Amino acid sequence: MDFAFVLIQLLNGLQYGLLLFLVASGLTLVFGIMGIVNLAHGSFYMIGAYLAWSLAGMMDSFAAAILLGVPLTVILGMGLERLLFQHLYHRDHLYQVLLTYGLILVFEELRSVLWGDDVHGVSVPALLSGSIPLTDNLSYPIYRLVISGFCLLLAAALYGLIQKTRLGMMIRAGSSNREMAQALGINIKMLYTLVFALGVALAAFAGMIAAPVSSVYPNMGAQVLIICFVVVVIGGIGSVWGALLASVLIGMTDTFGKVLLPEYAGMSTYLLMVLVLLWRPEGLFKRG
Amino acid sequence: MRSKLTPLLLLVAVVLLAAFPFVGEKFYIQLIAKVMIMAIFAMSLDLLVGYTGLVSLGHAAFFGLAGYVLAKAAPQYAAANLWTTLPLALGACAVFALLTGFLVLRTSGIYFIMVTLAFSQMLFFVFHDTPFGGGSDGIYIYAKPEIKIGATALLDLEDFKVLYWFILGLMTLVYLFLRQVLDSNFGRALIGIKTNEHRLRALGFSTFRYKLASYMLSGMLAGLAGYLAALQFGFVNPEILSWHVSGSVLMMVILGGMGSLHGAALGAFVFILLQETLSNQSWFGPIAKHWQLAMGIFIIAVALLLPHGLVGLGSTLGNRHKETGGHD
Repeated sequence: MDFAFVLIQLLNGLQYGLLLFLVASGLTLVFGIMGIVNLAHGSFYMIGAYLAWSLAGMMDSFAAAILLGVPLTVILGMGLERLLFQHLYHRDHLYQVLLTYGLILVFEELRSVLWGDDVHGVSVPALLSGSIPLTDNLSYPIYRLVISGFCLLLAAALYGLIQKTRLGMMIRAGSSNREMAQALGINIKMLYTLVFALGVALAAFAGMIAAPVSSVYPNMGAQVLIICFVVVVIGGIGSVWGALLASVLIGMTDTFGKVLLPEYAGMSTYLLMVLVLLWRPEGLFKRG
Repeated sequence: MRSKLTPLLLLVAVVLLAAFPFVGEKFYIQLIAKVMIMAIFAMSLDLLVGYTGLVSLGHAAFFGLAGYVLAKAAPQYAAANLWTTLPLALGACAVFALLTGFLVLRTSGIYFIMVTLAFSQMLFFVFHDTPFGGGSDGIYIYAKPEIKIGATALLDLEDFKVLYWFILGLMTLVYLFLRQVLDSNFGRALIGIKTNEHRLRALGFSTFRYKLASYMLSGMLAGLAGYLAALQFGFVNPEILSWHVSGSVLMMVILGGMGSLHGAALGAFVFILLQETLSNQSWFGPIAKHWQLAMGIFIIAVALLLPHGLVGLGSTLGNRHKETGGHD
């Protein structure tokens, strides 16, 4: 293995990990702040990918598809929270599992009705379709670097939002003590709707920008969802910082696992989880 | 939730089920046999979810593992011996439960849900990716296992009616066995753990050991269901370990009303018969292809409207004004 090859794998692992982070951060925020187990979170990733494919086909522009797709998913998130999820805040996790499992079936079937069951490819925007040569015969696609860049930008924005803004302060207050925050005049209902919509939009955006790399196919959400659960378990529920670290760790484990031990790569991320559980049953960054 | 009438109703149900092969067609006999296997599976999960308070989203791991043990242990074209393969399958489930139990039981609540799911997914990849598992194509089991004493065969499981009664007998035994377990001090301790684990621990119970025992027992009974399913279908593939199977069986338990063994069994009946009805092309024509849409809406409606499942339907209607369910 020479240096360029290792570099490519590192970049791939980083890109995969950061993409996972976008999905997992929404999952961990909704867990941490609203106490909701959302099995349907993977479906938002799938919806994002399919939206990117169908809108890009309609408008002939990938960028326009994303610009139109993201607001659509924000509206979807707000609607779902108002209509369904708000009834689950005081219920046992079991009912959250039940309802969100039902939602998965609904989303998968609606996808089948609206967009069919075929696998589709989305082409990389022409502007970003080149690659950067690393050695004589190895090069790295620009688009993957752009994905990583976007994800890092969003991670930084998320950090700024939660730590530095007034809205973030309200989110943190609401997550540590709902009643007290409400008594201080914070509109918790509105806040929850916003947080949920933010989670949906992040997952859908991840699906959109991943579409040109991973293609668009039925049940693509389920796989991402389960890996994101592992991310949340490793990172610690509610910790965005933990989710970032765990995502990158899993991205690297998976990528290098596939190169070094292809037959056992599927298990490598779970073995990582076992190790973390043995060491810290509540994840690397348990929220105080 | 158990009334005085319940044992009588259950007895009637078993008698009706036992009589069914005399009147039913082959297709329906095999369908009900499949439903009864799922009822065993659902009851095993109910021990964990409904009585011990541990919500597992990875129960398919045991179901699939036992099926794969049968497929791997059976000779390629001859019949396997039930006396050796069944204990082997249940033993494998017990060992898997012991190993994963030490890890998953260190967690609780949301974590438990996610970690059990992750472990079942790990096992999925073991059978899906490694050369040992036979890949995504799966493995055929050409002959049904034999039940012999000496040289005489006790039951011929190749006969679909005999197989039906065999499964009915096992389902009834599992129900009676779990009833005994739950009425014992052990069962009471489990219910205590579900209600208030801290208090049980303060009373001097080693709750971890109780939970581990419940987890192992539940896993082995799920293994029994998985063994029977592999035996009936004559085929295993990684799909039987998938999280859709775990999700479906959890739906059955919640649908029926958790913390009620016959409720779990009822949930299995309703779930599978609903699935068969909704996907019936001669009734619903082209929309039958999209039966999961109706199923999903049904599940969402149950989650929102029926906090105690189907067996609690009566009390739910009676207590509409009361706040129900839910803690933390």
